Amino acid sequence: MTDRSLSRRDLFRLGMVAGPAAFAVSCGWQGGPLVPKLQALSLFNDWVGEKILLREGRLAPVYPVSKRTPSNLFPSYALTNPRPEPPAGWALNVGGLVRKPTVLTLEMVQALPQITYTVKHHCVEGWSAIATWTGARLSAVINMVEPKPEAKYLRFDTFDHNYYNGWDLKSAMHPQTILAYSFNGGPLGPAHGGPLRVYAPIKLGYKLTKYLTALTFTSERPGGYWEDQGYPWLGGV
Amino acid sequence: MTDDAQPAPEKTPEPRPEPVAETPPAVAPAAAAPAVQPEARPAPAPVPEPASAPAVPVSPSPVRGGGEADARERGPGGEGPAKRPLVKRHHGIVRITHWLNAVLLLGMIGSGLQIYGAFPHFGPRGGPYLPNPWDGKQFPVSVRLGGWLAGGLNWHFALAWPFVVGGLAYLLYLVTSGEWRSLLFRPRDIPRAIQMQLYYLRLRREHPPQGKHNALQKGAYSFIIFLAIISVLTGFAIYKPAQLSWLTALFGGYEMTRYWHFWSVWIFIAFSIVHVLLVFLVDPASLRAMITGWYRGRFPSHD
Repeated sequence: MTDRSLSRRDLFRLGMVAGPAAFAVSCGWQGGPLVPKLQALSLFNDWVGEKILLREGRLAPVYPVSKRTPSNLFPSYALTNPRPEPPAGWALNVGGLVRKPTVLTLEMVQALPQITYTVKHHCVEGWSAIATWTGARLSAVINMVEPKPEAKYLRFDTFDHNYYNGWDLKSAMHPQTILAYSFNGGPLGPAHGGPLRVYAPIKLGYKLTKYLTALTFTSERPGGYWEDQGYPWLGGV
Repeated sequence: MTDDAQPAPEKTPEPRPEPVAETPPAVAPAAAAPAVQPEARPAPAPVPEPASAPAVPVSPSPVRGGGEADARERGPGGEGPAKRPLVKRHHGIVRITHWLNAVLLLGMIGSGLQIYGAFPHFGPRGGPYLPNPWDGKQFPVSVRLGGWLAGGLNWHFALAWPFVVGGLAYLLYLVTSGEWRSLLFRPRDIPRAIQMQLYYLRLRREHPPQGKHNALQKGAYSFIIFLAIISVLTGFAIYKPAQLSWLTALFGGYEMTRYWHFWSVWIFIAFSIVHVLLVFLVDPASLRAMITGWYRGRFPSHD
């Protein structure tokens, strides 16, 4: 029986391929020695996200206020529990590879041209929620401090335990990237990163660093609290 | 893994190079000849498969008993297995991408189910959530890949590229080779599909004439290509819902797009189960064809 014996042999060959694949899928395997390779590949995805998909003029959709997620249903994550409180005399340090480092009080940020938008927040977990944010364009602050040519990245530091984060300058200069001080028309409270956080509808939630204390321009790519554990670095949406 | 490098691993006498099935008029005997040609060339080489002894006329599929099965076993041409020609059936690109997809889909589904667990609902935060039998549930660890959300994401995004590149290579091959003609389900296939379905339901005795694939197969394969395209597009749309907001809007917004992406998984799984079942129930010889490219089975004709 030609066909049947061939099938048996072919089944064996099939097993040679399917066996390892099935093993890989089983038991919630992380990837073992492949994990670093996967993360290296993730850098390629970052490159595609930043160099190809991200465009200064390509704006994320905005929504009417009526589409907003009720404020109490808008999730808020922080490492510190209870919510971190800003240190006395809080101010934002802006420095690193810049010509004019500066320290900004909340009033100084609020004195910058203000923009308000209602946009969709995408969490890496898969949920989304819509809220209204008000703040100053991050690009205004960047232009104010005049980054040196070797500055390629922006590091955000916080008073929320050891949470920190790194951004590419292109995303930081995007017209919808703001230093936000207002959530849904009210002040930015401790739940959503007050007194000042970075916000943008072009990045995942874990990139939208809350409880800011410092912006530092660097030539080396900063990591990030979640990124160091394996999450995609760019986190662009 | 080029096609020419593949010797015909047979020593059975050369079958007549005429098409066995009564095929659409497009297939003249001359046109069919090249398909059988390669077998004529090689001398009886050492046979790699010891089991492929000179074929005895035994029916290749499990006998279901009864006289009715007899007609079914003989195939569309009414030929016995011993006289079946060995034909080249699948190009190397088709075979590579087929098995690549089998492995990639397994990994993409495993990592996708891992990702799903981070927010096992469909709909905006706070609901209402779209109907979903798995709402609020986690899939068992045994079917997940990546171990945690970041691991699942990295696997998913890494496997997505070969899936896309392989798919494009396959589509390019389909178009440039003209192979799409034997695969694409077109309106004229509707009555043929009905006849084929009647045959499977045993409401029609004779196997309807067919080319390389019957009309139901054409429908299934055209649909699964369509589904793959949808799954890739919805995948990109939820990967970059702001940069590709036009694409996300096309599928009804972020939450709906994520929903379609999830359902494509279950259609893939259902398709794969039926696909494998039919290979063994209807045409076991096609398994060999998808591995080596060579086919000696019931449906040797080409479109």
